[in-house]
Amino acid sequence: MSTASSSSVRKPSESVPLQFPAGLRVLVVDDDPTCLMILEKMLRICRYEVTKCSRAEDALSVLRRYKNGFDIVLSDVHMPDMDGFKLLECIGLEMDLPVIMMSVDDGKNVVMKGVTHGACDYLIKPVRIEALKNIWQHVVRKRKNEWKDLEQSGVEDVDRQQKANEEADYSSSANEGSWRNSKRRKEDIDDAEERDDSSTLKKPRVVWSVELHQQFVGAVNQLGIEKAVPKKILELMNVPGLTRENVASHLQKYRLYLRRVSGMTLQQSNLNNTFMSAQEAFGSTLNGLDLQTLAAAGQLQPQSLATLQAAGFGRSTAKSGMPMPLVDQRNHFFSFENPKLRFSDGQQAHLNGSKPMNLLHGIPTTMEPKQLANLQQHSAQSHGNMTMQASAQGGQTSSQLMQTPQPQARPQILNECTATSVTRLPPTIQQSILPNGTAGSVLARNEFTTNSRGGGYNLISPASTMSNFPMNQTAELPGNSFPLQSTPGMSSIVPKGRFPDEVNSVSDIKGSDGFVPSYDMFRDLHPQKSDWDLQHVGVTFDASQGSLDIPTAAFGHQGYASSQQNGHNRHTSTVGKAMFLLEEGSDNGNAQSMGQQLNPLFDDGSVRVKMERASETSSQTDLFSEHFGQEEDLMSALLKQQQGSIATAESELEWFHHNTPV
Amino acid sequence: MEVGLMQRQWVEYTKSLFLEDFLDSQFIELQKLQDEGNPDFIAEVVSLFFEDSERLLNDLTAALAQPDVDFQKIDGHVHQLKGSSSSIGAQRVKNVCITMRSFCEEQNIEGCLRCLQQLKQEICLVKNKLENLFRMEQQIVAAGGSIPTTELIF
Repeated sequence: MSTASSSSVRKPSESVPLQFPAGLRVLVVDDDPTCLMILEKMLRICRYEVTKCSRAEDALSVLRRYKNGFDIVLSDVHMPDMDGFKLLECIGLEMDLPVIMMSVDDGKNVVMKGVTHGACDYLIKPVRIEALKNIWQHVVRKRKNEWKDLEQSGVEDVDRQQKANEEADYSSSANEGSWRNSKRRKEDIDDAEERDDSSTLKKPRVVWSVELHQQFVGAVNQLGIEKAVPKKILELMNVPGLTRENVASHLQKYRLYLRRVSGMTLQQSNLNNTFMSAQEAFGSTLNGLDLQTLAAAGQLQPQSLATLQAAGFGRSTAKSGMPMPLVDQRNHFFSFENPKLRFSDGQQAHLNGSKPMNLLHGIPTTMEPKQLANLQQHSAQSHGNMTMQASAQGGQTSSQLMQTPQPQARPQILNECTATSVTRLPPTIQQSILPNGTAGSVLARNEFTTNSRGGGYNLISPASTMSNFPMNQTAELPGNSFPLQSTPGMSSIVPKGRFPDEVNSVSDIKGSDGFVPSYDMFRDLHPQKSDWDLQHVGVTFDASQGSLDIPTAAFGHQGYASSQQNGHNRHTSTVGKAMFLLEEGSDNGNAQSMGQQLNPLFDDGSVRVKMERASETSSQTDLFSEHFGQEEDLMSALLKQQQGSIATAESELEWFHHNTPV
Repeated sequence: MEVGLMQRQWVEYTKSLFLEDFLDSQFIELQKLQDEGNPDFIAEVVSLFFEDSERLLNDLTAALAQPDVDFQKIDGHVHQLKGSSSSIGAQRVKNVCITMRSFCEEQNIEGCLRCLQQLKQEICLVKNKLENLFRMEQQIVAAGGSIPTTELIF
């Protein structure tokens, strides 16, 4: 077995290698020697650097030994010495790498487990080489997410434009050139910031578990949201080992989240968004998507919720690969918050009779019927006419989230999604938006974007949900209610201890300012490494473009890299959804300092907690939203995608059913 | 025998293997992985499979012979066999595994035993078939010919 050579370790300042995705450092774990041999061969043909292990324990020790030596892990589900999901969790927590699960088992439950544990993708055996050819996307995605989180509004605007362009080309083989360039630039910025804030690197990460968050919220309530200052909160919480900085950064995120929540009330007639409900939602554990809560929080229209839910569920793992791929920013929904877009049931919009494509751009369309059914229960309650039912039918095109039965809902959702005045999004947008292969992860990634700003706000819950798992204390915690996840303060479990760093850095910024319109200030504080090695775990706090009305959509579970504050999101995570899995995690981004980045939650493979701040305004917007910061961009991007959407959808579907021959 | 004839025979034989479900498309995928740099890839993988499957069959036999049958364990073995057989494209073997797994779920010892028998048979069959195939390939190559590429349309 070849070991990761030191030569493949990249320096922080090194951007993505030129020959990417060749050279991707893959660790494959499978107890079946036949499969292992075949996989190794296939991966070699894809020009990846392959290391194989037949035991999970060996894999862990290799990963620990070569800390930054791998970009992505492929693991079998059934192994004699350790359960594959357990390994997945460990990797997510310790190394924050995107992990793709594999199994000959394609039962819904198993795949779902992959999703919930944060895999960024799920491949059905026999694995085809085509599926392996795309795994690099999880790594990139993860990094992008991280990067995004860190990005500040200023940088974001520029980058958004660029990203929009990039995203448009992004299908399965990304536009490497421009992507690399932009990434390089971001990475450079990140590097600079990181160096400035070396102190954050040393602090251990704080994992904002549900319980911890509840305590936090309790303390905040007791003090009164206006008067809640980190010091007092810390005192009230009385948690040993928690620092004022941790609390400060968490508070900031939480405030943003609340802001966003309150901002959404406008449109929700039947949603009651209250502070308390938001809080409750925050802790809820609806399969990771607590649309209900979100709805309650007034964040989403019923339909959006349903869609989001469906999307969120994303079976990131549906496809052969995707486990959660964590967050595929591109697939995030656009914010539903857009005040201008109202969801009305009867509103047909133009998407009438659209095909069952994903209405929501970001919504991973790879929801399988069964998955949708799952979601259905959740969403059913939240929104009356949500298209959950539709989802069952629509399951077929994985790309469509909920589409089906409710054509009306769709248009609306789309409308909302685009936030901008784009009124009609081709139904196929979703499909096109979703990169192939990330179906599963897409969901994870496609968090709901409640970004009011055109971008869309990713609730990254789905993804985060997935990612959260490993990190989450509760394995079953889908992500503390999806919507609430985005609470600003939620630094959900930072998978790898990076959190503390980030938290600290964030706190430097002045956490209590609450709604910091853009985390510009943070940007400077947290240098990011543009390391291809995914130093920054998916931080996806994009600085909102303009107004941060939306509280950070903390995708709760996701690593709350404080990096969000940083102007530049250092998406160290390379493409990883993917829910999801990610990613999960397909990428491995070791979020460095918390300050700098929010851990990329959207680690497709690995479950990562990603703290996305939706409020970052459009920060959350995953790539998609980011790119489509402007209407025109959005439209053109969408249209562009649409053109290829059918093909994409098909490929996605195929990808999704990985094992389907031909 | 002249090369052309051998090649045609090879093609016919291959076709029959696919038609009779001994092999499926995954085998073709494997063939694509083989190239000049790695001419024995398939042979290696296949022999690895047979080694591994023999071990699994032994484990299964032993597990089913126990007074207290541990169906979890059996399911684990069968699952693995399913995985490896599907990886090389041994379709019939895989199908028996699927059947056996449902017997495991029902905790049906009789059914499991029958399946085990079938597994042994199928593995033996596909082993022979593949050996024949490889021999034919060797003969073609020895005679200076090249092995035709398999293209299956499903």
